[in-house]
Amino acid sequence: MRHLRNRLLGYVGATVLLLAGWQLLAWLVGSQALPGPVPAMEAFGRTFSGDLLPEVLVSGWRVVVSMLLGSVLAVPLGLVIGRSPRVDAVAAPLIFLTYPVPKIVFLPVLLVLFGIGSLPKIALITLIVFFQILVTARDAARAIPAGSVLSVRSLGADRAQVFRHVVVPAALPDVFTALRISTGTAIAVLFFSESIAGTDGIGFYIIDAWGRIAYNDMFAGIIAMAVLGVVLYELLELAEARVCRWARVSR
Amino acid sequence: MADVCAHGLSIAYEGVDRRVDALDGLALSVADGEPVAIIGPSGCGKSTLLLAIAGLVAPDSGELLVGGTPVTGPRLHTALILQDFGLLPWKTVAHNAGLGLEIRHVAAAERSARVAEALDRVGLAEFANAYPAELSGGMRQRLALARALALDAHLLLMDEPLSALDALTREDLQGLLLDIWRQRGHTSILVTHSIEEAIFLGRRVVVLTPRPGRVAAIVENPEMGDPGFRDTPAFYERCAELRRLLAAEGALESVQSEAPHGEASAS
Repeated sequence: MRHLRNRLLGYVGATVLLLAGWQLLAWLVGSQALPGPVPAMEAFGRTFSGDLLPEVLVSGWRVVVSMLLGSVLAVPLGLVIGRSPRVDAVAAPLIFLTYPVPKIVFLPVLLVLFGIGSLPKIALITLIVFFQILVTARDAARAIPAGSVLSVRSLGADRAQVFRHVVVPAALPDVFTALRISTGTAIAVLFFSESIAGTDGIGFYIIDAWGRIAYNDMFAGIIAMAVLGVVLYELLELAEARVCRWARVSR
Repeated sequence: MADVCAHGLSIAYEGVDRRVDALDGLALSVADGEPVAIIGPSGCGKSTLLLAIAGLVAPDSGELLVGGTPVTGPRLHTALILQDFGLLPWKTVAHNAGLGLEIRHVAAAERSARVAEALDRVGLAEFANAYPAELSGGMRQRLALARALALDAHLLLMDEPLSALDALTREDLQGLLLDIWRQRGHTSILVTHSIEEAIFLGRRVVVLTPRPGRVAAIVENPEMGDPGFRDTPAFYERCAELRRLLAAEGALESVQSEAPHGEASAS
């Protein structure tokens, strides 16, 4: 409980600091395009229960589905690649060749193939999250100490049991770290894909408000996007604390 | 029955840039219920021998029998304790102790009863829900032992199980290993670097040659297990005898300059 309170206090303190900095910057810049926190928050409060909420839900749904899909595909694949030298011999060059390619350039292709609805956005974010998790899961699986595997094998564990008792739990903390890092990327790609093409989502809302020169509304959208990122990040923290409780204990 | 019998056992493995002969024609037999200690120069293939008996490394040639049957894989009643204890940091003490039973699909009720008994035996009952990271080194080693006890191992293989512990904890655990052996009468093969530990815990002490490992000598140690043996002159004499044998094998090159060895080595 005290831990939770400290965490909340930390968030309050950081928010106050950020708002103060924002206000200062708004005064210095003195432009309509950068309203201070007070009008922006007013706009956020006004629009959130109105026309912003559906956009937040659409965007939130897209990013959550994409991250789930990306990890469900990448984690098992990455672990198998990392544990099997034979599979790795084939897969590693493929990963090294494709990982550095900026997947975001395929957005136009996805738009042509899948239209302008949710599908191309989900496909793009999934693709990007997939590669980030894949590389991490592979490396984590490779780094597992031989002693852990040996001791479980000496107990008679078959391949599946080694995965269940050793590989998966050992790799989970790294996978969670990769997931938390990829929330930032996922939200950025979400904004990009929603603002390029489409008729809904927070990204669309922000660009639409920009086009209407409704800067306060635009900032309401920006705040919504930031909150979405923070909520995702915190949810992952919570999940990690539950699933990887052992990683937080120390003597 | 858990007697161990090796004949002409040869094992090589792929090193970083060359093939390493770990064992070459090793012959060794350990009777059922006998405690044997294995000692030898660093890298003499002691660990490889244990892994082979545990069924984790296949011999390239020769014969290896446990309980009269050739070893083809991990055996139900063989337990292996590794130098780093082989504990899984993400599982609680109770879960670690019961891992062997879980992997062998023992029903949950029986599992928890046997785990509770084993943890009680090594003095970890109140730590059942802790994680290994919350335990001291000695307690972790006790946990590794509890896992073997829960399995009801007839053959206990230990690869330098106490080498990471401080001297006091080490002596304490040597006493515990002896107690448990006296109580259960399992076959015990202990690989160690410590002369005193070998004499304290091995009724026979097998000295291996430098790699590729073969049996260089066997020290008979019939008083092992007698109460107070550690404090008798016979214990010290036995240690001195073993030290001389090891020096002759070049295991003590850097320590004993008067030892008869061919070439000096600083390592």
